[in-house]
Amino acid sequence: MIVAAANLAILLLALAMLLAGYRLWRGPDVLDRVIALDTLYIDALALLVVLGVRLNDAVYFEAALLIGLLGFVGTMAMARYLIRGDLID
Amino acid sequence: MLNAILDFLIAFLLVAGGVFALLGSFGLAKLGDFYKRLHGPTKATTLGVGSALLASCLWFSTRGAGLSLHELLITLFLALTAPVSAHQLARAAMRRRTTSATSPGRLPSAPSRRDGPA
Repeated sequence: MIVAAANLAILLLALAMLLAGYRLWRGPDVLDRVIALDTLYIDALALLVVLGVRLNDAVYFEAALLIGLLGFVGTMAMARYLIRGDLID
Repeated sequence: MLNAILDFLIAFLLVAGGVFALLGSFGLAKLGDFYKRLHGPTKATTLGVGSALLASCLWFSTRGAGLSLHELLITLFLALTAPVSAHQLARAAMRRRTTSATSPGRLPSAPSRRDGPA
């Protein structure tokens, strides 16, 4: 049952990443693309966690943690750049 | 009996995580305005990731050796950072809107420098 549920969750998360990719491709403004990237990394994090359950391997957790840390830094950097026009002043 | 209940709970949390992440991304792709689009990923997707991480926590606690609590680290970090990044993005959107109010037409792609001190 868990394997079937994990497969279904992987399918749903892949669909979610496709929708975020659609917004990344279409987005009329830069900020739409930034938030699409933000959603994309969070979905990838969830996908890695579910994959770790599906394959019964704890090594995917470290990758998910790294994506979580670096994705936040990237989103903050892009948002600060769009607010100020400069990262370091 | 207890194992069956636990398996059902893990499976339910996995599917709920996928459904909520899909809902958040669907809102991002479907809603009309940037400020509306900000709602989907920052609320629904965070809940989806939280339930997937809870499922992983339960799974590795029952299968591996001992209690597995380090998934809660990601949950805590994400619950702290998602509102902060959403707030910064909303500020950036307001700033871009105020700079574009003086010049009608399409937004300039390059961000404008602020004149006064920060």
